[in-house]
Amino acid sequence: MSADVQLDNVWIRFGDFVAARDINIHIQEGEFFSFLGSSGCGKTTILRAVSGFSEPSEGRVFIGGKDMAGIGPNKRPTALIFQNLALFPLMKVWENITFSLEVAGVGKAGRKKKADELLELIALSGQGDKLPSELSGGQKQRVAIARALCAEPDVLLLDEPLSALDLKLRQHMRTELRAIQQRVGITFIYITHDQGEALTMSDNVAVMSQGKIEQVADGNTVYDAPETSFVASFVGENNLFEGKVTEISEGYAIVDTPSGSLRARNAKHNGEYQLAVGDDAFVFIRPESLKFVNGATHDNQIGARVKGHEFEGSFWQVFFDVKGARRTVKLSMVNDGGDVGHDDGTDVKLGFSADKAVATPVGELADET
Amino acid sequence: MKQYWNRFFLKNGIGISVYLLIAMLVWLGMLIMLPQFFMFDFSFRFNLPPADLGGPKDVYTLSHYKYMAFGSEQATDSYNVVDVWVFVRTILTAMFVTLFDLALCYPIAYYLAHVAIGGWARLMVIALIVPYWVNELLRAFAFKIMLGTTGIINNFLIWLGVIDTPIEFILENYALYAGLGYAFILLMIFPIYNAIESLDRNQIEAARDLGSPWWRIHKRIVIPYAKPGITSGCTMVFMLTAGALAAPQILGGPSSLWFTQIIYQWFNQGNNWQRGSAYAVFLLFSTIVIVLITMKVFKVKLGEVSR
Repeated sequence: MSADVQLDNVWIRFGDFVAARDINIHIQEGEFFSFLGSSGCGKTTILRAVSGFSEPSEGRVFIGGKDMAGIGPNKRPTALIFQNLALFPLMKVWENITFSLEVAGVGKAGRKKKADELLELIALSGQGDKLPSELSGGQKQRVAIARALCAEPDVLLLDEPLSALDLKLRQHMRTELRAIQQRVGITFIYITHDQGEALTMSDNVAVMSQGKIEQVADGNTVYDAPETSFVASFVGENNLFEGKVTEISEGYAIVDTPSGSLRARNAKHNGEYQLAVGDDAFVFIRPESLKFVNGATHDNQIGARVKGHEFEGSFWQVFFDVKGARRTVKLSMVNDGGDVGHDDGTDVKLGFSADKAVATPVGELADET
Repeated sequence: MKQYWNRFFLKNGIGISVYLLIAMLVWLGMLIMLPQFFMFDFSFRFNLPPADLGGPKDVYTLSHYKYMAFGSEQATDSYNVVDVWVFVRTILTAMFVTLFDLALCYPIAYYLAHVAIGGWARLMVIALIVPYWVNELLRAFAFKIMLGTTGIINNFLIWLGVIDTPIEFILENYALYAGLGYAFILLMIFPIYNAIESLDRNQIEAARDLGSPWWRIHKRIVIPYAKPGITSGCTMVFMLTAGALAAPQILGGPSSLWFTQIIYQWFNQGNNWQRGSAYAVFLLFSTIVIVLITMKVFKVKLGEVSR
């Protein structure tokens, strides 16, 4: 069984502090949904409201169409995987996994049988009699997943479960989690501050900042068509130019910046274009969409001076000083065996297509708060 | 071993190392082992006048232990009825007091460790400790005054109309149980509190999330985790209750005797230190054996307790 999760005008306050403001989200059943944001943005608070450890101050939470108000975590069709996993250290692995069955009064034989099934699912067959402390990090991770799945929840909630693992294992577990989700077919709600995790695993991502949701969309859309300056600056890397809108035409905005007049897509929010003539605006362009001008024409061109470069194996990163830009501008180009082609200190022209650039209203920037 | 000592001296420096060694020897040797050893030795000797000490009559004997079990040779009973029953009653009462304290303290310790927050928890800890600034004897007398036939509790209950005649708290030994129960309560609360406090809150929440009712969370998660603390709390309360003297002396009814009072009588009134020593040694060893058996039954290892 799987269930959809709906948050209706949810506000969560702790005294004067607003941890979540006016959250409206509908997560479809069977979906892998991520909340992405830096620490303190309210994502864990929302997860706790869904799992039942806290109640919203205002608004309602529905799971499978049922209002969850007043229903405790032990009565909700959810299972939570904690950041530190919270395996029971004094119970054997198989007892950990089948704790929910023990609660339900299932006999030992039945529990052992179920434990064997789940141990096989997580590729830990024969390790049921060990204690959690005898397992490696990745194995503990899988036991925590099995313990949650054993309760046969309609919705599985995951609170940054991979953050304690090392990089290699984390990448491996991403694939594994996604595979498990597709196998069991239940709704996964995943909390993370790691955009790589959110983008690779999720059907949809909600980007959060300071208690509110900035954008809900699939990974591609969040990366290619950010709706707010926060999303544009938080997800991936982006070069930033600042100016005033001088002209609006068919989904594009022309923004007059100290570095030149730049044409970019007018960012939509809730289906509506946000910029009008005279507005202050940010223009974002990704380092990989920025090119050296070599004869070809581009929608936008800016003058820049090469400041330095870094070699990153498959990429070159090139840094520039650009007149009027408030930060160093960055360009990444694929390493095809040659070098950057421009010495440090030389003046060059950089260009980019208007389709690759996004203009948003001036707002919060993720890396400047 | 030599390496270990070298490292010990290198780490602490000569001055501190020597101080630590001497302090440890004084503590272990002079304050703990030596007195117990003399007591042990005493318990196997006759109660002789000073002139005979070291003489031909000064030999080892089991007579005091025999007396404790079977009474004097003129007695008609087949065993020492009074002393044996006082011993049994002392042990059973101490066990009861221990269980009572455990039942009382576990919820308090859990509350302090995981429910109360910040200033409130600290205030509660202070409220628990402050009464213990008052001397043990004074506390016992205070109980006696409160629980006397004309004490505040009887007066209050009569005023309420719950009872017509005062309850004989002291005569019926309720005052003794209450006094003993209260005397060592902190030694129960704090070890359990220490053990529970380090329990990861997420484990409690995880169990709840998996559908567990509160009692099963305690049975399966909190109590197993707190077991070392519970053991050390119970051990201390049991040992100290069985060995208590002030509370039984002051709060005990006229007909009730505590085993320590018998020991006290042999030392002070009977002027028979050897027999008193035998009784004391017996009490010490029997309580140790009881504690070890209990630990075996509940599968606690000695190493865990000192964690």
